[in-house]
Amino acid sequence: MFLSYPFIVFLTVLIFLYYVLPKRCQWFLLLVAGFAFYAAADIRYPPFLMATAFTVYGAALWIGRCSQKTAAYRKGPHKEGEAPSRQEKKAFRRKMEKKKKRILLLCLFLNIGILAFVKYTNFVIDNVNTVLEHTGRQELSYIDFIVPLGISFYTFQAVGYLFDVYWEKCEIQKNFLRFTLFVSFFPQLVQGPISRYSHLSQTLYGKHSFDGKNIRSGLERILYGCFKKLVIADRMGAGLHVLAEDPGHYTGGFVFVGMIFYAVQLYADFTGGIDITIGIAEMFGIQVEENFIRPYFSKNIAEYWRRWHISMGTWFRDYMFYPCSISRPVKKIAVFCKKHFGMGAARRVPVYTATMLVWLVTGLWHGARWYFVVWGLANGVILLISEELTPLYQRFHQRFPGLGGSVCYRAFQVFRTILLMSCLRLFDIYGSVRTTLRQFVHMFTQFGSHPVTGEELAGLGLSRADYVILGAGVLVLVLVSLGGRGGSVRETIRRQPYAVRYTVYVSLFFAVLLFGVYGQGYDVRQFIYNQF
Amino acid sequence: MNEKEIRQGVLTVLQELHEDIDYEEEEALVDDRILDSFDLVTLVTELGEEFDVEITAKDFIPENFNSAGRLTQLVLRLLDEG
Repeated sequence: MFLSYPFIVFLTVLIFLYYVLPKRCQWFLLLVAGFAFYAAADIRYPPFLMATAFTVYGAALWIGRCSQKTAAYRKGPHKEGEAPSRQEKKAFRRKMEKKKKRILLLCLFLNIGILAFVKYTNFVIDNVNTVLEHTGRQELSYIDFIVPLGISFYTFQAVGYLFDVYWEKCEIQKNFLRFTLFVSFFPQLVQGPISRYSHLSQTLYGKHSFDGKNIRSGLERILYGCFKKLVIADRMGAGLHVLAEDPGHYTGGFVFVGMIFYAVQLYADFTGGIDITIGIAEMFGIQVEENFIRPYFSKNIAEYWRRWHISMGTWFRDYMFYPCSISRPVKKIAVFCKKHFGMGAARRVPVYTATMLVWLVTGLWHGARWYFVVWGLANGVILLISEELTPLYQRFHQRFPGLGGSVCYRAFQVFRTILLMSCLRLFDIYGSVRTTLRQFVHMFTQFGSHPVTGEELAGLGLSRADYVILGAGVLVLVLVSLGGRGGSVRETIRRQPYAVRYTVYVSLFFAVLLFGVYGQGYDVRQFIYNQF
Repeated sequence: MNEKEIRQGVLTVLQELHEDIDYEEEEALVDDRILDSFDLVTLVTELGEEFDVEITAKDFIPENFNSAGRLTQLVLRLLDEG
C-alpha cells in the first residue's frame, strides 16, 4: 500500500494539512487519515478496528477505575472511626483484583476471539475435513471470512496496552478518539512495529511544528526502505518464486540458493517496510521504535530473536513468556520438580514450558498453517538445545580461551546463526512441512547431482544484470549494517560535505528509480509481513 | 520479620542462584544481564516459598529485581499488602 502513487499523493496532502491546520487538530487529522487509509484497502476493515478500539478502551477505563478505588480505599481519607482495618483493606483489594481479572479476561476473550475466529476457523475446518475424509463422512464447508489487514498487529498492540493498564504500568487514555488513534496510527497499522502505549503516546498526541529536519530525515529513511524493498527484495522475490514453485526441479544446491535468497528477501522486505513506517512517522514528528538491530550479526539464535522483529519478541516476552513462567500452576510444578528432581529441573521446567508455549503461539501468529506451527516449535526446540549446550560451550572456551574473541570465531558464529535461521525458513519458502523436509534432505543428498550453474540461475528469471544489482544491493546492506554499529549511518552521512551528502541521496534515489523492480504492468509485491 | 531479616533471606536466595556474584554491590542485576530469565523465574518461586508472598506479573519489572535492596523492598511491600 505504501508503494503506490495514490499513497504518495495521500501522504503529501496529509503532511501539508498537518502543518497548516492548527496544532491541536494534528492528532485528529491522523485519526481520520488512518481510517481513510484503512477503508481504502477495504471498506469492511474499519468496523473490526473500531470493535477492538472500543472494547479495549472500555475495559481499560473499567480496570483503571477498580485500581483507583483500591488506592482510595487504602489511603483514605476516611471519617474518624470509619477507617478500614488491615484485614478489610486486604479483602477489598482482593475483591477489586478479581473484578479486574474478570474484565481483562472478558476483553481478551473478545479480541483474541475475533482474531482467532477470522484467522483460524478455516484452518480448523481444514483439519476437521482431513479427519472426515478418512472416515468417509461429509466434509464441512469453508467460510469466506474477511481477514482485516494487519489484524494481528493492531490486536496485539491494543492487548498490550490493556495488560499494561491491568498491571498499572502505563497511564490510561481517557479520550476514546485519542485511544483509537493509538490503535489505528496508519504508518504502522498493517505491518507493525507493535508499539507500546507508554512510548508511542509521548509523541503521538504532541503539537508538532514544521521542522525541515524531520521531513528530510523521514524522506531519507523512506528512500532507503524503498531501495531495500524495490531494488533488492522484489528482485530476489521474483527469482525465489520460480524456485519455490518447482521444488522437484530446483533441488539439491538450489535449496541452498533458495535459503540464501529468502534470507536476503525477507530481511530487505521487512526492514524496508519498517524503514518506510518509521520514516513516515518521522515526517509527522512522531517516533516509532526500531524493530531491528542488525539481526544477521547475531552470535546465536537467542540473540537473533532479540534483534529481529523486536516489538513482537518483547511483546511475547512481557505478555506471555514471563506471566506464564511465574503463573501459579507453573510455580507449583517448579516446586514439585525441586522436591522430586532437584534444582536443575525446577529451574528448567517453568522457562522451557513458557518457551515452547510462546513459540507455538508465535508460529500460529504468523499464519494458520501447520508449517508455521512446526517452524515456531522448531525455533523453541533449537533455543532449548542451545541453552542445554551452554555448559559445553563454556568448557570449550575454557579449554581454548583465546578463540572466543577472535574475528574468525565471531564470523563462524554469525554464519552459523544465519544458516540455522535460513534452514528454518525453508518452511516458509515451500509452504508445506512434507516438501520442506524432503527439500532439506535433498539439499545434502542431491547437492552434487543438481549443480547450480549459471544457466540454471538464469532460468530463475534473473539476468546477469539482476545478479550484479543484487550483489551491489546486498553489499550496501552489509556496509550500512556495519556502519550502524558505531552510531547512526544517517548522522554520519549528514556530517559529510554537501557534495558527498547529496551524491549519496541522489545515487540512492536514482538506484530506486532505475533499478527498482517495477514498470508498466508490474504490480509491486505486497510486503511479506502485511499478510500477518 | 524486619527489613534486616528479609534482606538476609533475599541474599541467601540470591546466593543459591549464583555464589560468585557480589550481591551487596550489584545494582543492575537485570539491566546488565547478570541474572538471566532462568534466574529471574527461579527467584520468583524461591522468594515466594521463602517469604510466603506472591510476585505477580505486575511486579515483574527490571527495577524490582536489579539489586538485593530492591528485592528486599519488593518483599516488604508484598508482605505489607498481604
